[in-house]
Amino acid sequence: MPSYVIMEKCDGCKGQDKTACMHICPNDLMVLNKETMKAYNRAPEMCWECYNCVKICAQDAMDVRGYADFVPMGASCVPMRGSEDIMWTVKFRDGSLKRFKFPIRTTPEGSAVPDGGWETGTDDLKSPLLFTEPGSLGLPELTTLKK
Amino acid sequence: MAQYETVEVTTDLLILGGGMAACGAAVEAAYWAKKNGLKVTIVDKAAMDRSGAVAMGLSALNMYVGIKDGENTPEDYVHYVRQDLMGISREDLVYDIARHIDSTVHLLEKWGLPIWKDENGAYVHEGRWQLMINGESYKVIVAEAAKNALTTMGDDAEIYERVFIVDPLMDGDRVAGAVGFSIRDEKFYVFKAKAVMAAMGGAVHVFKPRSTGEGLGRSWYPPFNSGSSAYFTLKAGAEMTCQEVRFIPVRFKDAYGPVGAWFLLFKSRATNALGGEYMVERKEELNNWKPYGLAKPIPANLRNYLGMLDLNEGKGPLYMRTDEAMKAIIESVPEGKERKKKIKEVEAEAWEDFLDMTISQAILWAGSNIYPEKKASEIAPCEPYFIGSHSGASGAWVSGPEDLSPKEYFWGYNRMATVKGLFCAGDASGASSHKFSDGSHVEGRMAAKGALAFIIDNNTQPNVDMAQVEEMKKTILKPLDIYEEHKAFADGEVNPNFIKPMQFMFRMQKIMDEYVGGVSSAFTTNTPSLERALELLEFLKEDSEKLAAEDVHELMRCWENVQRMWQAEAHTRTVLFREETRWPGYYFRADMPKMDEDNWKCFVNCKVDPSTGEWEMTKKDVIPLID
Repeated sequence: MPSYVIMEKCDGCKGQDKTACMHICPNDLMVLNKETMKAYNRAPEMCWECYNCVKICAQDAMDVRGYADFVPMGASCVPMRGSEDIMWTVKFRDGSLKRFKFPIRTTPEGSAVPDGGWETGTDDLKSPLLFTEPGSLGLPELTTLKK
Repeated sequence: MAQYETVEVTTDLLILGGGMAACGAAVEAAYWAKKNGLKVTIVDKAAMDRSGAVAMGLSALNMYVGIKDGENTPEDYVHYVRQDLMGISREDLVYDIARHIDSTVHLLEKWGLPIWKDENGAYVHEGRWQLMINGESYKVIVAEAAKNALTTMGDDAEIYERVFIVDPLMDGDRVAGAVGFSIRDEKFYVFKAKAVMAAMGGAVHVFKPRSTGEGLGRSWYPPFNSGSSAYFTLKAGAEMTCQEVRFIPVRFKDAYGPVGAWFLLFKSRATNALGGEYMVERKEELNNWKPYGLAKPIPANLRNYLGMLDLNEGKGPLYMRTDEAMKAIIESVPEGKERKKKIKEVEAEAWEDFLDMTISQAILWAGSNIYPEKKASEIAPCEPYFIGSHSGASGAWVSGPEDLSPKEYFWGYNRMATVKGLFCAGDASGASSHKFSDGSHVEGRMAAKGALAFIIDNNTQPNVDMAQVEEMKKTILKPLDIYEEHKAFADGEVNPNFIKPMQFMFRMQKIMDEYVGGVSSAFTTNTPSLERALELLEFLKEDSEKLAAEDVHELMRCWENVQRMWQAEAHTRTVLFREETRWPGYYFRADMPKMDEDNWKCFVNCKVDPSTGEWEMTKKDVIPLID
């Protein structure tokens, strides 16, 4: 069922109104059951398997099981996402394992400087130059056509 | 009537959406708005960190021109797009994106996106225009820059997440804002603005997907992109273009994992089940599509088409020959330590391609015990999507920039639709294909600057008729009322008084699939089928008045499907109007099977008269910008 909640691990984000998985799901699929205080995926057939709920869950209480209508059973892909890289453990149906580690960003979280240190070459709202140009193009001026 | 509090928000620039184009708009708008004392408000139906088509991540930046290092020119890009779209593209818009794109790519790198570099510090290209990235956090980084930019504006910038936009507000022929509702609490939002930017993505699930069980959601482009942009601009009365130019990607079958790295980086071949290479065996067919069929690179739709001909002839399944491609790469390195290192490197590259952007494909390979170095893997054409930023072209007809556009393509402000004050970018703007994720971001930037220039020239708050807004609120919340009114009549989902959004969607998908050239009709249609589709869509439109929603989540689903229905109708009407077959690998018009350069080398535009609901179809000239 695409993404699913491991009941034993889910703590409903400790009784907060919104769980982390509810916050992040781009398709509004995750819901907190206020009685059991566990989250669940309300429409697995609308799940894109984007893994954002899996990656954000602090309790490791979410995983994905491949779509039942075309994926043979037994495989999994489990991410561990840090602040600089992500580690994936891929388990095959035949039991073999592969591990991969990939960088996810080169700067500290939250530090993106909007203009990247470049200044704009114009004050004119009607100029086609954008707010970091021409510097961010690495050119003295914006390319144009002679009409 | 459902008791929703009405919340009014008054702003200068209203940005609708939260994906690449909207985040580009936010980062650019923050600078110019702050300088000019203007307010910016952005509204996203999800959480901006992971919303839009890049929510999962990406493994490549598909557009980089590399002007500063003399790699390519914007003219080269115009030639590439012209060729891929069989001659039909707005060259002013394409040129404009191409001359700015490097700016956004260099910013992405500064913000922290890992772009692969070679030993000399140059970007690693996947293909001529594509750069390899470690893109798991691509969207997180882009959203972060947008939010950081808006933060510098203090109280003059606001971000609304989990607010679903439905309709435009109009003041005569000028857009005046937008209305929608919160999907977290019972609030109806009225955003009043001097200019509005639509950047709410393309459309998926208009056509029936190949997987209709649990895998329904495994579309290539995300299932949460429901045609909000097309609906919004059509409802505003804007002229739309290229509504017939849907996109059908050929991808690894079922999970729809990317093939770009396999074709471009690993130089893999695609063959039919008998081992025949359709790109070689069916080369003659390309003569029928000249001049585009005979020039390089061969357009995506023609490559699709040659594969489809094999499938139709019973030569499927088609395979990506990953095994021989990997073998060739590995054997190019001398045996021993170096080769072992190469094997590890290629294996990681292949798996990262999936894990960064289509994790399902990694599960499918692992679940099927597929080791790409040992076994070829099946590829297939997906179902049709509406994605003007990729190899489709559907979207609004927008003005180009003053310094590039011929007079026919310029009406005052860059990326303004034919409705005053309404701006579009990314999948919302048409006829400017192959902008992809980063090109959508830079187009968002251009559109935001255009919108702010419009505001300075038209610095009055448009009138909003609150009585009319109250009517809109009633209409938008009606599915909740219908459910409440009738739920006691019958038990569960089957009730003669209403239709639930999921069944409504299935009905539309069946119409589109069977009559408008979906998967089950081998992407083929004809005049009687298209006319039949319009008849059936008319019934569907009538029944949309009976959509019912149990809760606010379903209310969003109801409106998403109304949005898809408008996209479906615009598409069907435009396919019918264009009396030829021009993109045979996207759809084949069986009764008009040839391309007609004399009569149809033009754009087809459409619009709906907001007062009568009448559709108007027109031809527009393709004006080449360069030789």
